[in-house]
Amino acid sequence: MFTALFGAFESGIIYAIMAIGVYLSFRILDFPDLTVDGSFVTGAAVSAILITNGVNPFIATLFALVAGFIAGSITGLLHTVGKINALLAGILMMIALYSVNLRIMGKSNVSLLNIDTTFTNVSDISASLGLDSLFNSMLTAFGLGDSLPKTWGILLFMIVVTLVIKFLIDLFLRTEIGLAVRATGDNKKMISSFSANTNLMTILGLGLSNALVAFSGSLIAQQGGFADVGMGIGMIVIGLASVIIGEALFGAKTIARATLAVIGGAIIYRIVVSLALRVEFLQPGDMKLITAIIVIIALVLPKILEGTKEKSRRAKRQQLVRMKNVPSESEGEASATLKSNS
Amino acid sequence: MLHLNQIHKIFNEGTPDEKIALDWTNLQLKEGDFVTVIGSNGAGKSTLMNVISGVLIPDAGSVNIAGKDVTFLPEHKRAKLIGRVFQDPMAGTAPNMTIEENLAMAYSRNKTRTLRRGVTKNRKDYFREVLQSLNLGLENRLSAKVGLLSGGERQALSLLMATFTEPKILLLDEHTAALDPARAELITNLTKEIVEKYNLTTLMVTHNMQQALDLGNRLIMMDKGQIILEVNEQEKANLTIDQLLNEFQRIRGAKMTNDRALLS
Repeated sequence: MFTALFGAFESGIIYAIMAIGVYLSFRILDFPDLTVDGSFVTGAAVSAILITNGVNPFIATLFALVAGFIAGSITGLLHTVGKINALLAGILMMIALYSVNLRIMGKSNVSLLNIDTTFTNVSDISASLGLDSLFNSMLTAFGLGDSLPKTWGILLFMIVVTLVIKFLIDLFLRTEIGLAVRATGDNKKMISSFSANTNLMTILGLGLSNALVAFSGSLIAQQGGFADVGMGIGMIVIGLASVIIGEALFGAKTIARATLAVIGGAIIYRIVVSLALRVEFLQPGDMKLITAIIVIIALVLPKILEGTKEKSRRAKRQQLVRMKNVPSESEGEASATLKSNS
Repeated sequence: MLHLNQIHKIFNEGTPDEKIALDWTNLQLKEGDFVTVIGSNGAGKSTLMNVISGVLIPDAGSVNIAGKDVTFLPEHKRAKLIGRVFQDPMAGTAPNMTIEENLAMAYSRNKTRTLRRGVTKNRKDYFREVLQSLNLGLENRLSAKVGLLSGGERQALSLLMATFTEPKILLLDEHTAALDPARAELITNLTKEIVEKYNLTTLMVTHNMQQALDLGNRLIMMDKGQIILEVNEQEKANLTIDQLLNEFQRIRGAKMTNDRALLS
């Protein structure tokens, strides 16, 4: 149980970077960008191929970032210069990237097992620093010693990386350019009357968004030990689930709050999925269905809650009115008909 | 400051819906001119504004602002020279961003945007100072989201945002038409104050004839894509609404049909 939750938390914090990317396109730019399904794999494919060819894993991961940025920028170009509908531009790019990813990898699956990746490096460092034994002895002290995680390095490293990315994005969105990107999603007419090139802002925003998605894909491939051409299917929905769950649970009053909420949402999503998969009759293949159901619940539930709240508020109000107008109901009806007659 | 030379613009050319929006129109504004534009619906007022701001490119003719030919300059580049306030109070501000962020974006209008912070401490002080001139207490709500403001407050903020960086040309497109009478008066007074303060060269479209007479030093009347009447400073001082309507009838041989123009 603990190992499962630990694993969910660990991959959740890696997926959180992808979720921040989806937040950028979906919330900041108000652009439902389906490129994500493709660019996630592009990130994984680029870094997997570079790593298997002996490139330093850290540099390979940076290349994944750049590849994602290019993919997102192309979607932006299709939408702004090509005037293609946002959803369609994303779908076209997603389909196109499927072939591109196959070309990059040369086959549908590249294994990274027994090769040095970012995470094997990180695990080694954490082991040599004695972090693993430190945390594990703490766990044992709490009586959780029977299933200890192999390494704490990945988790600690990813918490730092994800938080750094979160702070950089927060900072960026407060710069002059960042404000213009946000306004492009909020009120295009306004910001173009204040001399911002909204096309450029959309391209930049989508580029950044997909750079983060590809970065996340690259890290997931290195954590899981493989890059697969199908690993991005449904990624946009997972991203949306993280954004929506996060915002619903932790609020989105300010940008800094919202990005933190999205990270929380990504982790919670992973934990929910790993718990759901422990239910006996569910299989790993049901995951996409579970994801869709989680998103639907997260979208519908707040509306239903609001509705019942509103209903009970109205009922209370009506009761108050009835208490004031002590005379019987029929009298009230009579006066109502009178009014409608006059 | 602004020079429109032989502007021609046709919509849906070659179809049954063909409409000449601007018919070889000429207009010149000197520095500090405040021109009010009146005319019934479809007279070409909005097209005129859109041609100046770069939303539309004219089929023929040239647009010249501050000695620079901007006819084919895209909207966002031209915006460095032009401040605009729209009819819809929601159009001129970003609702999900704070007052200070909106002002910071307006502040960058005539500058190149960089990766510097948009809202710095110095700028905040400056924003507070310019907001005080509105007398709406907005200087105490810098970090409130603009979506929370009322229509009147938002339009006052839009006006401030369009003007405090002193654009070469200020375009006001019926910017009081969507407000209730009290708010409209507030914005009208603010407009007068601000335009005088910065000595802005201004073009204002309005359906409110009284407003067209009260504000500005010149007045033009448009119909069917043409400027049919130009009133200079001396004539404008003594002009009444009745005279304006009679003038229209005399020129066009028809009554001005637009109720909206008559009523206000």
